[in-house]
Amino acid sequence: MSGPSDYKPSHPALQWFERRLPIMSLVHSSFVAYPTPRNLNYWWTFGAILSFMLGIQILTGVILAMHYTPNADLAFRSVELIVRDVNYGWLLRNMHAVGASMFFFAVYVHMFRGLYYGSYKEPREVLWILGVIIYLLMMATGFMGYVLPWGQMSFWGATVITNLFSAFPYVGDTIVTLLWGGYSVGNPTLNRFFSLHYLLPFLIAGVVVLHVWALHVAGQNNPDGLDIKTDKDSVPFTPHATIKDMFGVSVFLLLFAWLIFYMPNYLGDADNYIPANPGVTPQHIVPEWYYLPFYAMLRSIPNKLAGVIVMFSSILILVFLPWLDAAKTRSCKYRPLAKQFFWLFVIVCILLGYLGSQPPEGIYVIAGRILTACYFAYFLIVLPLLSVIETPRAMPNSIADAVLARSGKVAAVLVAAVVAGGLFLGSAQSARAEDDTPPAQKWSFSGPFGTYDRGALQRGLKIYKEVCSNCHSLNYVAFRNLADPGGPGYTEAQVAALASEYKIKDGPNDQGEMFERPGRPADYFPAPFPNEQAARAANGGGLPPDLSLITKARSYERGFPYFIFDFFTQFQEQGPNYVSAILQGFEDKPPAGVTIPEGSYYNKYFPGHAIKMPKPLSDGQVQFDDGSPATLPQYAHDVTTFLMWAAEPKMEARKHLGFQVFVILIIFAFLMYFTKKKVWADVH
Amino acid sequence: MNPDASTIAAGAPIQVDLSPIADGQDIKVFWRGKPIYIMHRTKKQIEEARAVPVDNLKDPATDQSRVKDGHDQWLVVIGICTHLGCIPIAHEGNYDGFFCPCHGSQYDSSGRIRQGPAPLNLAVPPYNFVSDTKIQIG
Repeated sequence: MSGPSDYKPSHPALQWFERRLPIMSLVHSSFVAYPTPRNLNYWWTFGAILSFMLGIQILTGVILAMHYTPNADLAFRSVELIVRDVNYGWLLRNMHAVGASMFFFAVYVHMFRGLYYGSYKEPREVLWILGVIIYLLMMATGFMGYVLPWGQMSFWGATVITNLFSAFPYVGDTIVTLLWGGYSVGNPTLNRFFSLHYLLPFLIAGVVVLHVWALHVAGQNNPDGLDIKTDKDSVPFTPHATIKDMFGVSVFLLLFAWLIFYMPNYLGDADNYIPANPGVTPQHIVPEWYYLPFYAMLRSIPNKLAGVIVMFSSILILVFLPWLDAAKTRSCKYRPLAKQFFWLFVIVCILLGYLGSQPPEGIYVIAGRILTACYFAYFLIVLPLLSVIETPRAMPNSIADAVLARSGKVAAVLVAAVVAGGLFLGSAQSARAEDDTPPAQKWSFSGPFGTYDRGALQRGLKIYKEVCSNCHSLNYVAFRNLADPGGPGYTEAQVAALASEYKIKDGPNDQGEMFERPGRPADYFPAPFPNEQAARAANGGGLPPDLSLITKARSYERGFPYFIFDFFTQFQEQGPNYVSAILQGFEDKPPAGVTIPEGSYYNKYFPGHAIKMPKPLSDGQVQFDDGSPATLPQYAHDVTTFLMWAAEPKMEARKHLGFQVFVILIIFAFLMYFTKKKVWADVH
Repeated sequence: MNPDASTIAAGAPIQVDLSPIADGQDIKVFWRGKPIYIMHRTKKQIEEARAVPVDNLKDPATDQSRVKDGHDQWLVVIGICTHLGCIPIAHEGNYDGFFCPCHGSQYDSSGRIRQGPAPLNLAVPPYNFVSDTKIQIG
């Protein structure tokens, strides 16, 4: 596999270059003539998918870094300005954020493939360990990247995870102070995380080069775990593996595009649309999904240091896998017992992931402890035992002779079914206990072809101006946005007229004094209060939140299995349902037996039911020019639609481009599929 | 890569006036980026804290060691749960102390851990009384 190539370029200029830097023969021997086992299945395309994703993340990341400001006071806003003002900034941001999730999804498939087919066994131990190093670097990169938007989850996730290091005796507090760059998570932390987040992907790229090199020395593993013996066992990498990888990438891109264009916040947390507040801890601190199994293990152990050690061990144990599993047979295809345990292990990991997202109460705690024990038992007990007691099935003589066999995962399927049923019942129980779920409304902007109802946007603006703006700011919306496509659809002249009605503070003038002037389209909607303290003083101690992102900053649990259906139905209207419900959920008297503090009002849908805001809207309060009914449900619907636009002004452009991208990707995937079939026709 | 000079300077000591805090009230101030609870304890809270046998505590400490002599009614603690760093809520929980909503740790009226996964009592920052109604933290 390695060694000098016998490739000779035809053109004399290329021969001149080749003699001085033999890069063409290197590429030829590694990616063109390279003998690839002919029995590889599609699980082997994930290596190419991962390389592709690393490239995408670096490309989108470098461009995002041109517009992002790594300062605690400016970071959140800079990200919002990328999404709103930078050309295709919304696309870059979505690609990068969703791309991180897709990167982890691909790496988990890639790792599970390695576990199932024994790709970590002799002579691929170093290859496997390099992979674990890449995985660790990815986790560090992902963690630091999530801190950068400086939302509530960014800040508190950073606080919890950096605090973990204080568990280590003697060195713990020094490590934590070094990570923080100060006495708590703050601006120095953000700055250094940004620097490291930019650096680490290039370290990953370097280790990936070593990883591919180690792979090429040993040659690829394959579903039968047999070595290449003759030419009949292999095909040249190009065009066979190249076209298969391209087809794999194109299908992966379909999933990627589904999320980027239609469900960009599905894998995220609504709390991260609230700017970081060191004085307020969110109710549930949850890391991104790809860390959930480890978070579950951490919380299962009641002792702080032991929990940290268990969590790190769960990844480090992978390094020892080639020696823990000493079975001579590589692939689980020929290991009937190991196969069953593998699928049980997969289920254990998925369940640990689910538990990581739930509050550590009641049965979840016990389940977490049992599953953590199962996770370690797989590596420390099951695999070593199986390598001694299991009799593998007879293997074919060579790859060329290999035949695909049936697999028996009956036991695992039963377990999965029982667990799924249990989860469903569990979430149904908790749903019945608290039925303050906001009712689902119909929204014109939902679904892949949804658009904003212009009339609703204009009426919503009127409601905001006449009622809400007395207490609530709209800091991220500028007057000029009202003329942008995909919005309320005002003309430039109307926008200029609207802006000039406002008094904007400007200055200093030549005398050094601040003065007021009429608004211009480039100005932002002015805030009703100059600072937080003034806002609290005028509102009985409560702080009216800024409304620019409110429909994305609020959500509620959908429970199992609805959150899975939501992925396919594209349901993501929790925020608007919540806002609309709050506006209509005020009741004059709390129900019997419920008391709320002085100065609060009873609201059916507000968590805790005691809201500091008095009922803002009633029938007849705002009159509409277009004859729409002046009723509370109408107001709630219109102002929520307006606020959804304020939070997501590029939605129509996003869905429009998404449709075009989907059409092209589907055509491309078909083309790749048929080309692949043609290329492989002689091989099968 | 240790904290730079401006960060250390911003962490310089602060003075807090205690006179507006009534009996049974508490305030939250920020110092070095951390929230600090200053609680004006009632007689009942002080007695409850002192009645607990110290040996039963997960992190044994007497109430007297956590307050200043002659100023027993003032409890000054860093409002960061020693479990995983959330901010506990004052005047909540079974011990009329603090309750952390993240994983349910409960502290008593001396800020000592009584129930839940947190390993240590709420930390007491360095502070001293410059007068009867004013403290300097740091």
